[in-house]
Amino acid sequence: MDVIEINRLSKRYGQVRALDEVSLSVGRGELFGLIGPDGAGKTTLFRLLTTLISPDSGAATVEGLDIVHGYRRIRELVGYMPGRFSLYPDLTVEENLNFFAALFGTHVQDAYDLVAPIYRQIEPFKNRRAGKLSGGMKQKLALSCALIHRPSVLFLDEPTTGVDAVSRSEFWDMLAGLKAKDITMLVSTPYMDEAQRCDRIALCNEGRILGIDTPAGIVSRFDSRLYAVSAGNMFTLLQATRTFEGVDACYPFGSTHHIVAGGNFDAAALDGHLKADGLQDVRIAPCMPTIEDVFIKLMQR
Amino acid sequence: MRTLLVLIQKEFLQIRRNAFLPRLIVAFPIMIMLVMPWITAMDVRHVGVAVVDNDHSGVSRRIISHIGATDWFTLHGMAADYETALRQLERGQVDVIVEIPEHFERDMVRAEPKPISISANSVNATKGSLGMQYVLQTVAKTLKELQAERGLVAGASELTVVQNRYNPSLNYRHYMIPALMIMLMVLICGFLPTLNIVGEKETGTIEQINVTPLSKLTFSLGKLVPYWLIGLFMLTVAMLIARAVYGLWPVGAPGVIYLAAMLFILVMSGLGVTVANMSDTMQQAMFVMFFFVMIFMLMSGLMTPIESMPRWAQTITLFLPPRYFIEVMRAVYLKGTAFTELWRCFAALGLFALLFNLLSVVTYKKQA
Repeated sequence: MDVIEINRLSKRYGQVRALDEVSLSVGRGELFGLIGPDGAGKTTLFRLLTTLISPDSGAATVEGLDIVHGYRRIRELVGYMPGRFSLYPDLTVEENLNFFAALFGTHVQDAYDLVAPIYRQIEPFKNRRAGKLSGGMKQKLALSCALIHRPSVLFLDEPTTGVDAVSRSEFWDMLAGLKAKDITMLVSTPYMDEAQRCDRIALCNEGRILGIDTPAGIVSRFDSRLYAVSAGNMFTLLQATRTFEGVDACYPFGSTHHIVAGGNFDAAALDGHLKADGLQDVRIAPCMPTIEDVFIKLMQR
Repeated sequence: MRTLLVLIQKEFLQIRRNAFLPRLIVAFPIMIMLVMPWITAMDVRHVGVAVVDNDHSGVSRRIISHIGATDWFTLHGMAADYETALRQLERGQVDVIVEIPEHFERDMVRAEPKPISISANSVNATKGSLGMQYVLQTVAKTLKELQAERGLVAGASELTVVQNRYNPSLNYRHYMIPALMIMLMVLICGFLPTLNIVGEKETGTIEQINVTPLSKLTFSLGKLVPYWLIGLFMLTVAMLIARAVYGLWPVGAPGVIYLAAMLFILVMSGLGVTVANMSDTMQQAMFVMFFFVMIFMLMSGLMTPIESMPRWAQTITLFLPPRYFIEVMRAVYLKGTAFTELWRCFAALGLFALLFNLLSVVTYKKQA
């Protein structure tokens, strides 16, 4: 049996369907990513699984316990790191850690081996108030507090939002370390590049799951040819390309525009067409699809 | 048990770290006790008096000097006639006019004098009627003295002995000080826990607590106990100040007051926690609390005696917890009433404490 099993789970807030018949399952020791923009329903799913809210319909179990009936037991087994920093800003690093250990009826020493790799990085600041920590340190403290009772499942809601690129990468290294200790993790992120570090990912949008697979599997679902195009005037380029025959879609992607090519797409013809339009420095080259390309394609479907 | 201790410890740590709360907790009782008793005093002093002396005799001078001698009155000199004095009254320069008729001394000996007339400005009803009474008493006392000195039999006037039991000097402050202590506890023990919990909601920390196995009861106790201790601390400070500055100390046992306070603080913080549980924002919680606090302040006999309220209002006061605490405070402070005579108040306070705290536990939702 999988550690997390979700079956047609729905939750609405008034007229808004925050979560619409979502189903997925996460196996033991898996690092599972929920990838999607704001409003995709990621936080709602976390709040349901951590038993903070009840579903309207559907069912879900965590460690075999129903999220509605078994919520007391679930709370002892899971660790939750909310998207917003929610430790006591007026308590020090050490006091926060001791406080949360006490709430679970345990001591910091009992979970020290688990917490140590993370906590050691902020230990020099243990007498600093949590509110005065930098973003990356706050996030490490929050993770330490979420681990203090040796949870078997960890829910991390956008843990890297608002954190610098180096700290983000470090954070994913820490998650990899926890995975080695057989902790099951469900992580959400709006950053597509982080999806690569998950075992499996679910692409979510507007309360629905668009696809679940390994990062490589998701990318292999992209069944069209993809080109990157650039020119001196990127805006004119975008408009000119979108109306060209054989172009299924064209959207800005980093410093280029990506073209999803249809069956009758001819790169050389587009090149000539753009040059005739007066665009300079036109470059068209085939490129490899990324998760983001898949996401955009699935969203448009 | 360890969890509860940790929760309480955490609350105190946060209060200590707060830049404002420790000062409030110490300064608020001191300020209220040092300043408010002088301001809320409703006893009337310095009533402006104008005397129209048509007699110009020893008796009239005696009356005037008596009026001038006490600090109840400020003598605004002599008016030539009643008309002049009345104009002064109209202009608000004086509050009471005393007119001594012609030949008063001569007629007094014959025991059939024309009466002394006293007119008061009663726009401010309290000042008017009290001022009038003070003048009446002073004049009556002077006349009695004179009659005694001259060996005359007391006139037909009824000899009454007035005695103000329990507050012999009729000091309004003694009536107000216990009420001020209650106000202090209503404000601090009602508002602080409310602010604290809504604050945890706003910073999101409550969410982090909700995903732990912490029980609702332990959480609620962790919020109630610190404010319970703070409330008792503030009561002690207030009582010590009342003793040092105003010489007021309970005639009865202070233990009875503490017992009532222990219950009353629980009532107030239970209410505060319940309101906080049902509010999402500070503003919402504050307005609901203000609603209750206003009713508590104005209707439970803090300022005005319940007995002089209309019947329907008196019925409402039965459901206001401060009413019972005020009764205990005044009874023990001024009369020295024993616990056994006040058991009804204690039972009521106990019931309210139980009710509000049950509500506070029930309304705390770890799960939406």
